[in-house]
Amino acid sequence: MVDTIRVLVAKPGLDGHDRGAKVVARALRDAGMEVIYTGLRQTPEQIVAAAVQEDVQVLCMSILSGAHNHLFPKVTELLKQKDASDILVLGGGVIPEDDIPFLKENGIKEVFTPGTSTEDIITFIKENV
Amino acid sequence: MDIDFQKLLDGVLNKDVRLTSRAITLVENENPESVSMLKKLFKHTGNAKIIGITGPPGSGKSTLTDKLAKAARHQGKTVGIVAVDPTSPFTGGAILGDRVRMQEISTDPGVFIRSMGTRGQLGGLAKATMSAVRVLDAYGCDYIFIETVGVGQSEVDIIKLADLVCIVLIPGMGDDIQSIKAGIMEIGDIFTINKCDREGVERLYTELNMMLDLRDSSEVRPPVLKTIAQTGEGVSEMLEEADKLFYNMKESGKLQKRRKRNLKIEVENILTSIFVKKVNKVAAETGLMDDYADKMSKKESDPFTVAEDILNKL
Repeated sequence: MVDTIRVLVAKPGLDGHDRGAKVVARALRDAGMEVIYTGLRQTPEQIVAAAVQEDVQVLCMSILSGAHNHLFPKVTELLKQKDASDILVLGGGVIPEDDIPFLKENGIKEVFTPGTSTEDIITFIKENV
Repeated sequence: MDIDFQKLLDGVLNKDVRLTSRAITLVENENPESVSMLKKLFKHTGNAKIIGITGPPGSGKSTLTDKLAKAARHQGKTVGIVAVDPTSPFTGGAILGDRVRMQEISTDPGVFIRSMGTRGQLGGLAKATMSAVRVLDAYGCDYIFIETVGVGQSEVDIIKLADLVCIVLIPGMGDDIQSIKAGIMEIGDIFTINKCDREGVERLYTELNMMLDLRDSSEVRPPVLKTIAQTGEGVSEMLEEADKLFYNMKESGKLQKRRKRNLKIEVENILTSIFVKKVNKVAAETGLMDDYADKMSKKESDPFTVAEDILNKL
């Protein structure tokens, strides 16, 4: 049997819109993954603690407030400190094209912006874990 | 990550969070290294108080578990939480959402929270729940709370794992209380009425007490408590009550008896699991399952005969 893929879907920062995150969580569930959903307004510390305790292979973060350049790298930095850089980190939400190279330099493997089909995310995860 | 059981074992005993969480994953995936680890781990277990939290969906189990953990932390105790949510029978996927209610304790290094999907197991728990609890026990948690899936009537597997079981109920479920009397209402060591700021608390309180008074008087009568998990009201009292009960059970020998019974059940489960795997393997190897299905649908054979045929090939 293939081991179940475990994914953490988290919402860092202060925006209160988790519709997108929930749609992704649901799609990953339907693709046979175990999705740990932690809810709104998570600090990077909370996200990393959850990722490590839950031993996820994938961490999906969604952010709509514009704080991605600050919060995403903070999460990857903390993951490094916890010796957990092997976790595949994906970003999503309202993220300007121009910011994506910076995020990728900082350990975000891929960024999915509005209009992405959930199929693309599932395929990306399956090919990269 | 390539990993051997010795490294896992050392990681768990040295309170390494990353290796401990990896150990639980391997246990869940039924990795052979994890079995070797569990064997060695066993003698390091038995120190934690294992408390089951069960009740219908939406009764506040997660929030209550969060607040119980906090109360235990106030006493300087460490806490493990195993929170189980249902796995889809169709896709094998799951949404594990119990952490949503456990925000404040999530960064506390004295708390280890692990979410599990049932992965096809009925009964309100995941198959590897006991093993995950063992890992957290050896890791050094003073309390381990097992939060079951939201249960209906007959998901009572929690009694096979926990030292004591708390049933969480809420007012206003009316006849539901009546309907769950037969299964789940028999397994509670503590009854907690949560969301006590709602209407109908007194009625439920009376009903529960009346029901409990009808029980065999030689049994210890479970207390009925009231909480509002959202605000934390009544939660430290609930933990105190659990501690008291735990102490009494230890003194009276009931705890040891219960743990022995649970170990026997665990062996049975392991045997069943090994046996089923073997049989399924043999069944698959015959390559005859489609033929069998054809024959059965044409009434040339029947499920019992097929099962016996397969057994004879063992």
